[in-house]
Amino acid sequence: MRLFLHELRAQQRLFWRNREAAFFSFVFPILLLALVGSVYGDEPIEGVSAATFILIGLLGYGVAANAFAGLAITLVVRREAGLLKRVRGTPLEPGMYLAAVIASTVTVIALQVVAQLLLGVYLLDADWPERPASLAFAVLLGAAAFAALGIAVTTLVRTAEGSSAVVNAIYLPMAFISGVFFSREDMPAFLEALSDVLPLTYLLALIRAAFVPGEAFEASSVAAVVLWGLLGLVVAVRMFRWEPREGMTGA
Amino acid sequence: MSAIAVSGLRKSYGGREVLHAVSFTVETGEVFALLGPNGAGKTTTVEILEGYRARDDGDVQVLGEDPGRAGSSYRARIGIVLQSSAVYPLLSVQEIVALFAGYYPSPRRPDEVIELVGLGLQRDARVRTLSGGQLRRLDLALALVGDPELVFLDEPTTGFDPAARRQAWETIRDLRSLGKSILLTTHYMEEAQRLADRVAILRAGEIVGTGSPRELLSGHASVEIRYRRNGSEVVLATEEPTRVLHELTAQALADGVELEGLEVHRRTLEDVYLDLTREEAE
Ligand SMILES: Nc1ncnc2c1ncn2[C@@H]1O[C@H](COP(=O)(O)OP(=O)(O)OP(=O)(O)O)[C@@H](O)[C@H]1O
Ligand SMILES: [Mg+2]
Repeated sequence: MRLFLHELRAQQRLFWRNREAAFFSFVFPILLLALVGSVYGDEPIEGVSAATFILIGLLGYGVAANAFAGLAITLVVRREAGLLKRVRGTPLEPGMYLAAVIASTVTVIALQVVAQLLLGVYLLDADWPERPASLAFAVLLGAAAFAALGIAVTTLVRTAEGSSAVVNAIYLPMAFISGVFFSREDMPAFLEALSDVLPLTYLLALIRAAFVPGEAFEASSVAAVVLWGLLGLVVAVRMFRWEPREGMTGA
Repeated sequence: MSAIAVSGLRKSYGGREVLHAVSFTVETGEVFALLGPNGAGKTTTVEILEGYRARDDGDVQVLGEDPGRAGSSYRARIGIVLQSSAVYPLLSVQEIVALFAGYYPSPRRPDEVIELVGLGLQRDARVRTLSGGQLRRLDLALALVGDPELVFLDEPTTGFDPAARRQAWETIRDLRSLGKSILLTTHYMEEAQRLADRVAILRAGEIVGTGSPRELLSGHASVEIRYRRNGSEVVLATEEPTRVLHELTAQALADGVELEGLEVHRRTLEDVYLDLTREEAE
């Protein structure tokens, strides 16, 4: 446990010192909430106020931005720089290292959720979540699933330079199609069908259930997020690489 | 017990064999240098011993363990300098050394190790602001902070200025005097000659020479005398340079000629290395 905290502290330091990454995954989702939230009207969307709708959307977006995009890019950059290989040569257990990196990401997400709630509720007049504990559960489950997917996606990326291109090409369209910014009901049928398989769609459904009085988690939504997480986990466990690209060792 | 025992080690990449039945041992408390041209297989060998790469055949024992299967407790006993540096650029020297110290069961004091590699003045500098040679010294600090029994150094002094290289040699000698074993690779023959108790010379995946630098030098005439006569170079190899030189210069004086470009050169490890690694084609 002491070693875990030792590594977690270092990971937090590394996260906040990397200004560009910290802006992209921590500040940007909060900023987006302020911007988008202030241009939406008063028309309710999917049964909640517009402000609440966009708060729900950007809470989910923030989870994916950190646990999926941020984590994947960080790991690819570290892998290609040989940093993961170097860590692998120490007695620190690889599982402990990854656990600390993920815990660091969850820490950032927790801070972000608090900031988004304060901003959404006090400045944009969004609703306070009916069941905060359910919200916490949904965010944690989503973070775990997206972290597994983020680690899995590192196996598709061959270079540090390519990492943000590949990752953004996956998760920005996903955010739109899953209904972060506007209701899935307004989408053409084929996009709605596509959104029916995306994990973020179901994470948003879980977050929404925590906000709306009288709603509860749907088992199918929990199952969809868990299944995506397991898929990511299987790929991650089988294919994750600690060393730079094959055949590229030494100078 | 030997610190490292390798016998019949083979390794292929994509069907091309790059290590052909390599065998050598490194005794406990010894500094052992693995030499050889670019691509000879030094890094491959070292990384198999470190546990990074799988071997295709052969027996490998390091500190009594098989590095192909060994886990965390093995890595607690070894220190590693990889051929290419890899350190988080956003941490300070002090922070990264303290971070790594935390990974080991009984580490050395971070401040002491930072002083040891001569980075005292850079203690609070971010890693990304270090020069190439300073970064390499930090790699050495990270290899030593766990107080390992055995240290693998893959070209540890590449990029060092002459004073830093000498300081690194001192550090390595100090480690040996503490009873540690060291396996290093280097392209600096002077480094190998001065530091290593024994060396092995690898050429295209085969060991073509092994022994102490002194042993490798014996069996060849130890001194070469060179000069030019009528524009062409004359080389005399001899064990008796005093006599040969005396006769040569006496004759030249008698004839009233100047021995152009006269040089007396003692053979070094570099000469042996160049002989042994010269391509077969010649
Ligand atoms: N991961 C790899 N995949 C394919 N081939 C490799 C790989 N690593 C090394 N090789 C090949 O194996 C041979 C030995 O490489 P190695 O890195 O061990 O040489 P080296 O002696 O350390 O050379 P240098 O002095 O340049 O560091 C080379 O021909 C190299 O191209
Ligand atoms: Mg090498």
